[in-house]
Amino acid sequence: MRVVNEKDPNPKMKDNGAPATPAPGAPAPEPRPNPLAHLPLPFQAVDYNLKGYHLEAAVQPGQVAVAAGYLDSEGFSLDTITGVDWLAQGQMEVVYDYFHPTRGLRSVVRARIPRENPEIPTISQVFPGANWHERETHDFFGIRFLGHPDLSPFLLPEDATFHPLRKDFSA
Amino acid sequence: MIVSEPISRSVAGSAPNETFVLNLGPQHPATHGVLRVKMTMDGEYVVRAEPVCGYIHRMQEKMGENRTYAQYLPNTSRIDYLSAMNYTHGLVGVVERAARIQVPPRAEYIRVITSELNRISSHLVWWGAFLLDLGGFTPLLYAFDDREMILDLLEGITGARLTYCYYRFGGLYNDVDETFLKGARRFVAHMRPRLKMYRALVTENVILRKRLIGIGPISAEMCRKYGATGPVIRGSGVSYDVRRAEPYSVYPELDFDIPAYPEGDSMARYLVRMDEMAQSLRIIEQALDKLPGGPVMAEKVPRVLKLPAGDYCYAVEAARGRFMVRVVSDNKEIAYRLKLRTPCLSNLSLFEEASQGMLLADALALLGSLDLVIPDIDR
Amino acid sequence: MNALFSKVITVLDTEPYRLVVWVVAIVSFVALNAAYLVWVERKGAGRFQRRPGPTEVGPAGLLQPVADGLKLMSKQLLVPAGADSMLFRGAPLLVMAPVLMSLAVIPFGRGLAAVNLNVGLLMVFALGPINLMAIMFGAWSSRNKYAVMSAARVVSQNVAYEIPMLLVVTTIAMVSGTMDLNQIVEQQSGAFWHWNLFRVWVNPLMPVTFLIFYICMLAETNRAPFDMVEAESELVAGAYTEYAGMGFGVFFMAEYANIVLGCSLATVLFLGGWQSPFSFMPGVTWFLIKMYFLIFSVVWIRWTFPRTQFYGLLNLSWKILIPVSLFTLILSAAMIKMLRAPS
Repeated sequence: MRVVNEKDPNPKMKDNGAPATPAPGAPAPEPRPNPLAHLPLPFQAVDYNLKGYHLEAAVQPGQVAVAAGYLDSEGFSLDTITGVDWLAQGQMEVVYDYFHPTRGLRSVVRARIPRENPEIPTISQVFPGANWHERETHDFFGIRFLGHPDLSPFLLPEDATFHPLRKDFSA
Repeated sequence: MIVSEPISRSVAGSAPNETFVLNLGPQHPATHGVLRVKMTMDGEYVVRAEPVCGYIHRMQEKMGENRTYAQYLPNTSRIDYLSAMNYTHGLVGVVERAARIQVPPRAEYIRVITSELNRISSHLVWWGAFLLDLGGFTPLLYAFDDREMILDLLEGITGARLTYCYYRFGGLYNDVDETFLKGARRFVAHMRPRLKMYRALVTENVILRKRLIGIGPISAEMCRKYGATGPVIRGSGVSYDVRRAEPYSVYPELDFDIPAYPEGDSMARYLVRMDEMAQSLRIIEQALDKLPGGPVMAEKVPRVLKLPAGDYCYAVEAARGRFMVRVVSDNKEIAYRLKLRTPCLSNLSLFEEASQGMLLADALALLGSLDLVIPDIDR
Repeated sequence: MNALFSKVITVLDTEPYRLVVWVVAIVSFVALNAAYLVWVERKGAGRFQRRPGPTEVGPAGLLQPVADGLKLMSKQLLVPAGADSMLFRGAPLLVMAPVLMSLAVIPFGRGLAAVNLNVGLLMVFALGPINLMAIMFGAWSSRNKYAVMSAARVVSQNVAYEIPMLLVVTTIAMVSGTMDLNQIVEQQSGAFWHWNLFRVWVNPLMPVTFLIFYICMLAETNRAPFDMVEAESELVAGAYTEYAGMGFGVFFMAEYANIVLGCSLATVLFLGGWQSPFSFMPGVTWFLIKMYFLIFSVVWIRWTFPRTQFYGLLNLSWKILIPVSLFTLILSAAMIKMLRAPS
């Protein structure tokens, strides 16, 4: 009745095989493997030992739900959703982290939205776990997730109207 | 604390769909922390259980944007105070990964030993508190007895009993001494028969088995959709453990099993944690045997660390699941964005769906088997 | 001096004074037990949990119950707004009364029963459910959802466990041929194999009968592992939520008094009452030894086992205890019919 995992599920993914800087005169390093290359999404392989994830894709805001759908069918699980406030560039970035429970892969999907009117479709119909992550991101940044069932404050008080993690927020 | 309203309407009525709202308020006799669950009940059955969080929200992520990485280090212990070493490991790991700092092997082994000791002490608290919820008052005291040994060991090297701040960027700030090494071996020898005694006294008790077997089933698919990790997903048959999926530190060199039970009920999650304690003892023993000599701190680590621009993550297997730190840096000594991905938030998010239609006491057993620490959710 | 003393005894032995002395004796016995059972419980809990228990107040913590009582008496007695004031204040009294009345028929020693009723057993079980009703009154009049839910559970639990208890007691009454508790004890005279517990030639399942009685006694007094009413109930205090100070104290005392009543009934019905195990020196001492041994086991069980699930508790009663006790009843009837000579 006990399932025991004896071996590392993905020995290849521990080390992407490419050194950071190739030795002079050595042949060009092999490209890193991209297990999600078959998806119609711009996934690129990344140095795991530096970044901590294997694949990342920068998508249009309207495509995040589609990307979530593809990753769901590949068997990924939602890790977290967060926002980054790029004040200088007038944009907010929504970052979706995914992990795979059996293949040991980590992928990241990013989308940039304008800061004055931050809206992005929700992915909670694909991953129900996104519900709370999106509420929290809304609390902290004011990003509106279109189609979210209930965007009330999650961690802040019920009547909060401020968004603390914005770079122009002062208490 | 208690909401009073005319009860004749809600109790005397035998009309169908007559529900009332019961508030498991933020103040609890149980030790979960300040969690409020708004339960819509139909008699004894839960129609909807909505967790309301935020009662201990301290805005840790904003603090991460106002402090240097070294200044933020003590904060990590306070996120999940029962598993503090693992959480510090997350922050230390992400900085070392981004700044490409090489940690000496002795420090890595000591980190593994202290992390696993912390995992055992966290599981002991969970075990005692869970049984307290179920009405068995005594195992809490036995668990705390064993935990005292661990706390004494860790106090000897770190100076703290609960919120350790032992790891530094590049290693540890203090080497361990003979007392600790001998004490750790003595603890391992002491704990193994204790785990056997716990099995005989509690795990095989027929009342406990009736309370847990078949109660609160969570499928592996539900775990995947909600991002649940740790013993919750391992109790549903998927043996996902960050120590194997994204190996860090010296775990690849140590030999241990990942216990997973396919039933998905509260008993499976209970057994996963009990087995994990035994596996942690194995890891500690091996690490003590393989402990190399040498320095415990990397050389030439800058006093004030600036990470190159970009974003970096590091994940560890904390006692409750997958803990990840994501740092977005703009080449300053203060992070531009510090995101903490905590396991209890994802684990609790499936409670609303999993507890529908359950009896109230079963829902509470499910809540206990998820092993929540509320400051972990609220940060 | 001696003459005066014997005159006082003769006066006290006449009817109204004798009853007064007995009432005072029973009330003080119950009060003392309720108070010091708290001490036994806390010390026992401490020892089972590898810690000393109360040690500060008085030598070995013996004045702890006094301190607890003083604390409870000094608290403000709150009546919630909108609560039914008469029922709310009356419920603790109603809970205490049936216990005191039931203890009047228990024979503590030879000739040492307050009232010699020939239907003593019937009286005890007639008064039992009043206790239950009083908890329901208290919970209902508190105007509190948790209290009402908890009281609903208590009522279904107690009703479920009354039935096997009554069946078991009927078995004993049938085996002894009488409902008079004094007679039941007299029939168990001799050495310990004459006790009802070991009378297997009349009813081979007598030890099982005792076990059923013991379990039902734990459930009737709402002790762990059947303590829905006080401990878990939605993680609040259950039926006693709105009671503060001595109101709560009286409920608490009534619970311990119920334990005393249950254990003394078990002693009388199964363990030979005041009979000694070796047929010498029978008397009150043996009664007290047996009763306190049973009480200690009740405390021990509380601190060892987790709580049962609510439907598990009801399943145990309806699906297991009732069929088994029905079976023992019929078996006893059959054995009596076969073994006793027709008179």
